[in-house]
Amino acid sequence: MAEAKKVRIATCSLAGCFGCHMSFLDIDEKLFDLLAWVEFDRTPLTDIKHCGPCDVGLIEGGVCNAENVHVLKEFRKNCKVLVAVGACAVTGGIPAMRNSVELRACFDEVYHYGVGLKNGMIPNDPELPLPFDKVHPIYEVVKVDYCLPGCPPPASAIWQFLTDLLAGREPKLAYESLHYD
Amino acid sequence: MRRIWALSMSLKPSFSLDGQTLAFLSGQTIMDAALAAGVYIPHLCHHPEFKPHGSCKLCTVKVNGRNVASCTMPAAEGMVVLNDTPELNEARRALTQMLFVEGNHFCPFCEKSGNCQLQALGYFLEMLSPHYNHFYPQREVDGSHPEVLLDRNRCIMCELCVRASQDVDGKNVFALGGRGVHTHLIVNAPSGKLGDTDLAVSDRAVQVCPVGAILKKRHGFEVPIGQRLYDHKTIKDVQTGDGHG
Repeated sequence: MAEAKKVRIATCSLAGCFGCHMSFLDIDEKLFDLLAWVEFDRTPLTDIKHCGPCDVGLIEGGVCNAENVHVLKEFRKNCKVLVAVGACAVTGGIPAMRNSVELRACFDEVYHYGVGLKNGMIPNDPELPLPFDKVHPIYEVVKVDYCLPGCPPPASAIWQFLTDLLAGREPKLAYESLHYD
Repeated sequence: MRRIWALSMSLKPSFSLDGQTLAFLSGQTIMDAALAAGVYIPHLCHHPEFKPHGSCKLCTVKVNGRNVASCTMPAAEGMVVLNDTPELNEARRALTQMLFVEGNHFCPFCEKSGNCQLQALGYFLEMLSPHYNHFYPQREVDGSHPEVLLDRNRCIMCELCVRASQDVDGKNVFALGGRGVHTHLIVNAPSGKLGDTDLAVSDRAVQVCPVGAILKKRHGFEVPIGQRLYDHKTIKDVQTGDGHG
């Protein structure tokens, strides 16, 4: 009997801390169950650099620079279902704390006035992505199909969400799995 | 005796709330009667100890087909009130989302997380994202008081601190200033600083804030995240159960 076609999943972290990816790995031995149904495209696990055609894209982190937008648009173009995973992707999160401070003042603090700095210089290599003056959640840039809040979403929420989605059900979180912190 | 009691009950005015008959006393609002009967109507700016404000509109119900704020609408004989309907809960979710994007509500680094009524309503209404574009407004933080922190980023303009300061503490420390989107909490001192008022940490105005805008200093994370008021119980269970929260 031919093996059923696996669901192809891509993941990435934009302006995030990879904490949501760590929470994803926290589903532990259920990863083996998951691998029976899915295969991975671009993720930090496979080290594939660009997202190809996929069924599901899981995005961690908000949008803080031009590169984030390119990656996000590549995911949106290639993923049938795009999911904002975690507080940063859903609200901007911790990186959006800088939204109340002018970008130049942020750079000055980090590169000019930081403790132990002398003759500081703000990096301006053309290879560095252009930072935005504010950090935004991903749904303010592309259409997002689902949001999975939490900092990070607990492993139980990620598992519930993925198993619902893979089974063709509308994902629904239990009260204790829906958290913003 | 039993018959007399039953007769007096039947003479009490009543209205229908989601098909349930609720008796009420003259002068009670729909919200008063519902809370007395242990029926939950979502709300943020309302608190049973204080005069109704009617501003957050989360307690909107349908009375005889029209939307009204249940915290200000007097109960009347024979009213047909709808509360827990998909349509009203969707509107409440949208209002909650607007409150989230209008301020700077970042739950992961807020000391109120788990005890916050705005957040708890988000959970109760199954709000998965703030949906609208964030304003990321510039709001002032006031750390001038030795024992109380005022973080306007989290203020939802419910005026509970204003009412508590005036009606309970007899102090008039807070007020709302500005108009429309520029509305903000102001402090009644020539400097505008909380440290220059007679606010005490024991004041009702400090206790009543439903969000993390007014916080007691040096009490952060005394209760760990995961063991807080709304971490395991919904706001409905808390407010219709052992206390208002």
